[in-house]
Amino acid sequence: MVNYISAAAIPFIILGIIIYGLIEKNKVYDSFLEGAKEGIEIVFKMFPTLVGIFLAVGALRSSGVIELIVKIVEPMTKMLSIPSEIMPLALLRPISGSASMAVAVDIMKNYGVDTFVGLITSTIMGSTETTFYTIAIYTSAVGIKKTRGILVAALLADFAGMIASVIIWRIMSTSFC
Amino acid sequence: MLNIIWPVFIIISFMYAIVTGRVNEVNNGIFEAVSDAVELSITFLGTICLWNGIMEIVKKTTLIQKLTKLLNPLVKVLFPDLKHSQKAKEEISMNMVANLLGLGNAATPLGLKAMKTMQEENCKKDTLSNAMAMFIVLNTASLQLIPTNVIAIRTSLNSANPTQIILPVWGATIIAAVVGVLATKLITKKIK
Repeated sequence: MVNYISAAAIPFIILGIIIYGLIEKNKVYDSFLEGAKEGIEIVFKMFPTLVGIFLAVGALRSSGVIELIVKIVEPMTKMLSIPSEIMPLALLRPISGSASMAVAVDIMKNYGVDTFVGLITSTIMGSTETTFYTIAIYTSAVGIKKTRGILVAALLADFAGMIASVIIWRIMSTSFC
Repeated sequence: MLNIIWPVFIIISFMYAIVTGRVNEVNNGIFEAVSDAVELSITFLGTICLWNGIMEIVKKTTLIQKLTKLLNPLVKVLFPDLKHSQKAKEEISMNMVANLLGLGNAATPLGLKAMKTMQEENCKKDTLSNAMAMFIVLNTASLQLIPTNVIAIRTSLNSANPTQIILPVWGATIIAAVVGVLATKLITKKIK
C-alpha cells in the first residue's frame, strides 16, 4: 500500500500540476523550459562541490580511514541504533547543503540506494535543512546579533529528524521483510 | 568550516595511507572519485531539470496564494506575538507554502521579506524576537511535501522505487518540526 502510493505519487503530481496550470491559462511549456534551464545551473553549481567532496571522501575511504572511524564510533552508534555508515552525513548535514548532498550520493552509491542505509540517507536528506546556513542568512539579513540559542533548538530538531528517519525505516523494514 | 574540514580529511587520508601502505589504493580512489563526479552530474542533469521545470509551472499559478490561506490557523498558533501584523503573518505563510512545495529558491526571498517585516515590530533590534526565532527554526526543519531533489538523485542512481521515501520523509520532518517548535518555545522563555 505504502509502495503503491509512493509509486503513483509522481505521475499524479506531475499530471495535477500541468492540468492546474492549464486551468489558470498559463503557458505551461514555457514555464517548464524556464525552470528546466535553472536546473542546469543547479547541477553546474553542484559539480565543483561533487568533485571536491568526492575527492576528500574517496581519499578517506580508499585509505581505510572511514573503516577505522566507523569501528571507533560503532559502540556509540549501536547504543543509539544508528547505522555507523551514515555518521559522516549526520555530522556534515547542518553545515553544508551541497557537501552533505555529495556525501549522501557517495553513501547511496557505495551501499546501494534501496538498502536500509540508502533509504535512511535519502530520508535524512529530505527531512533536514542546512541549519547553519539558514540561521546565518536570515539573521544577517536584518542585522541580528543575538540569536538566543536557537541554534541549539534547530540542531535538536535535526537530530530528532535523523533519529526518526532511522526508527521509521527500522519499523518499515521489519514489517515488510 | 569546510575550509578546515576538507584539507584535514585529505591530509589524514594521505598520512594514514602512507602508514598502512595503501598509497596505491588512494591513487586509484582519487581518480575514480573525479570521474564519478562527472558521471553523476550528467545523470542528475535530466532529473533535476525535470523537477525544476515542473515546479516552475507551480510557481506561475495561484496555488501559493491559495495554500497560504489554509495555513492561517496554524500560523496564528505558532506566532501568538504577531496578533497585529497581518502582513508578517501572510509573508510567513507564503514562505512556508514555498517550502512545502519544495520551491527553495522562492522560499528564501519570501522568508527574508517576512524577517524584515518582523524586524520592524521588534523592540530590541539586535536580538531575535520570539516570532523570528520560531520562524527561523521552522525554516531549518525543511517542511517539504515532495522532496524533489532527493527523488531526482534516487532516480539517477537507478533506485527501484525512487518515491518510496516520501511518507518516511513526512514522518521524520513532522517529528523534527515538533521537536524544533517545542525547543524554541522553551529556549525563548528561558533566554530573553
